[in-house]
Amino acid sequence: MSVEDRTFAVKTEVKSGLIARIPLAARRVPLLGWLLGILLAAIVERLVGYPLARLLGMSNFPPLFGVTIIFSQPPLIPSVLVYNLLLYVIPVAVVAWLSAPVVNRLVAWLYSYPLWFSGLVHLALIYADLSLWASINDYRVLVVRLTLVAVLVTLSLNVVNGYMGEFSCSHPGFMALGAYGASVLTVLFFTPNNVFGATLLPAALAPFIFPLTLIAGGLLASFGALFIAIPSFRTRGDYLAIISLAFMFIVKSLIENIQIIGGARGFMGMPNLATLPVVFLWTIIGLLVINNFVRSTLGKALNAVRDDEIAANAMTIHTRRTKMVAFLFSAFWAGVAGGLLAHVISYVNPGSFGILKLSEVLAMVYLGGLNSIVGSIVGAVGLNFLMEALRPLDIYKWIVIPTLLILLMIFRPTGLIAFTEFKIEEILKPKALPRDEVEHAAAAD
Amino acid sequence: MQAFLQNIFNALQSGSFYALIALGYSMVYGILMLFNFAHGDIFMTGAYIGFFISTGLVALAATGFLPLPNWALLALTLVFAMIATSLVGMIVERVGYRPLRNAPRASAAITGLMIGIILETGNLALLGAGRKNFPTLIETTSYEVIPGVSITNTKIIIVALSIFLMVALHLFVRRTKWGMAMRAMAYDFVVVPLMGVSSTTIAALTFAIGSALAAAAGIFYGIAYPVLDPYMGITVGWKAFVAAILGGRGSIPGAALAGFLFGFIEIFVGYYLPSTFRDLITYSIILIILTFRPHGFFGEPYSARLRL
Repeated sequence: MSVEDRTFAVKTEVKSGLIARIPLAARRVPLLGWLLGILLAAIVERLVGYPLARLLGMSNFPPLFGVTIIFSQPPLIPSVLVYNLLLYVIPVAVVAWLSAPVVNRLVAWLYSYPLWFSGLVHLALIYADLSLWASINDYRVLVVRLTLVAVLVTLSLNVVNGYMGEFSCSHPGFMALGAYGASVLTVLFFTPNNVFGATLLPAALAPFIFPLTLIAGGLLASFGALFIAIPSFRTRGDYLAIISLAFMFIVKSLIENIQIIGGARGFMGMPNLATLPVVFLWTIIGLLVINNFVRSTLGKALNAVRDDEIAANAMTIHTRRTKMVAFLFSAFWAGVAGGLLAHVISYVNPGSFGILKLSEVLAMVYLGGLNSIVGSIVGAVGLNFLMEALRPLDIYKWIVIPTLLILLMIFRPTGLIAFTEFKIEEILKPKALPRDEVEHAAAAD
Repeated sequence: MQAFLQNIFNALQSGSFYALIALGYSMVYGILMLFNFAHGDIFMTGAYIGFFISTGLVALAATGFLPLPNWALLALTLVFAMIATSLVGMIVERVGYRPLRNAPRASAAITGLMIGIILETGNLALLGAGRKNFPTLIETTSYEVIPGVSITNTKIIIVALSIFLMVALHLFVRRTKWGMAMRAMAYDFVVVPLMGVSSTTIAALTFAIGSALAAAAGIFYGIAYPVLDPYMGITVGWKAFVAAILGGRGSIPGAALAGFLFGFIEIFVGYYLPSTFRDLITYSIILIILTFRPHGFFGEPYSARLRL
């Protein structure tokens, strides 16, 4: 944003009417302001949420902003709206609006330090928001953990399907490899089991060994990805889609045939290691690494390979290496996500990594938008919330969700937020400053 | 040796299901350059439509209102089910594919997958999770061809009718005006519409024919293994899909041949190894074949022109 833009934002705000002022005012609030607002909302909910919910006729907190109530108890919709307005919208809006001038200064101060410092402050606040909001009941914690895992899977699939432009169907297979890889190790180390015998390591070590088992699961998935990456040198598009599909079936069938890890019955006994902070941390690490990857030279090479492989080759891009790295990298994160998923639900079975999982993951990527980190987050969060919201519909859920996705594909074929860049510097930047400071900042620029 | 011969008949039978379904995938690919991921579930729908029609006809025949022999009932079931399923196929094309003709091809893949889920769930919601028993239209009798090797009349009928349908399709595509339009469209879907061939009609026709063949496969499947369940489209349909690729995309003889090959691989793997290994070995063989011959048996090799 140039200096003119910033002053323009301030000027027009003065001219406009009340309604038009809301988006303009919202534009002046930095991310930190919103986060503080959410923090307040979460604290307020903790203090007065339960009595307010009882007062409005609900038996308990509306778990996910009341989306689950829409279909199970339609008469309660107005009270849910009031609840959301009183406990979320108003506190967030008021805090964001009132604190904007102060917070903008604070953000500008943070921004003058290296980026990681400001990022760390934001992350801590995001985590505080999330855990304060979620830990109010177990259901919220579970949904948040599953959603974070879904975000990680969607991001990893977007690397191949969005940035590299292949149509890979193998991600459920990578997830299965990661899930089984990590689960077998944690069960071997920390759970007494009649197949693997007594625990090998003391339970106190579990939180430290767990990341290593996740990485091992990810590496196993990367190894599996070699079977897709090598054929991808010779072919692309549809045939690669089939090869990856065959790979997915092979992984599923292979696991079904290994009796020591439960075969088709599934595998259980994973210790509860994927707690909210752990899942959050891994998702954030994954997000940052994937974002840096796609914005790196290698990431740009992915786009070049997608758009025209021959031209990319002529431009000295090593297409084979690019494809290999992209597949292994994407599979690694899918494997990590699979390992987290296995430890969130403490049970895996090969049947859950089939066509239905594939449809779900693909739907999240294409709902959010290809070639877009924000899109992946929106797609994963959106679809997960939608699935939770439609849970009361039981089996009809799987008619409503596909119908919505078909409509989305017809009216917006590239997804909600496609082809955007996720610039952390832009997000962490202070928004419109008061006029004198704009000039001051301009002088500093 | 006897077991080997016996298995050949079994392989021919299951190969004919795969071949008939694979033809639908391949034809749609030839015209629209995209895979109809809902095709496996159209096969399932066809089987269920066949189930209802045949149950109705058998009941009518039992009341004496429609005094027809069983072979005529089978023929009527086939005809009606193929017509009804081709309507389903045309609806799928109208809803899921026509609005996305100019969209990225991956979007059409998503709509296909989603339509498949809708068909499965719709079936589950309407009819419940229970399996349906296909009525016996033909009394199974066994003939002993050579000592130790027997073949049932249902197998002969299924394989013969499947081959008849494939030949009919081949003649339709090669000898009729509509078939010529389809081939032309597969050759160039940009210029041919300028010559007065309606791409919309041809696409709908392709879906209709593919779905009719899938319905026939569904009925044959119902006759051979008389239980239907809502997820048969996944278990059988996706294998047929892989067979279609193996034959070479868009190639009709390729799809038919690969369908039979798939049946052979599957039956023989299932016979000589534990049956749980069947999918594993089958897909591994497919993966190896595709790794070394990525464009299948009869397809064009990949060129930079083709994009996804």
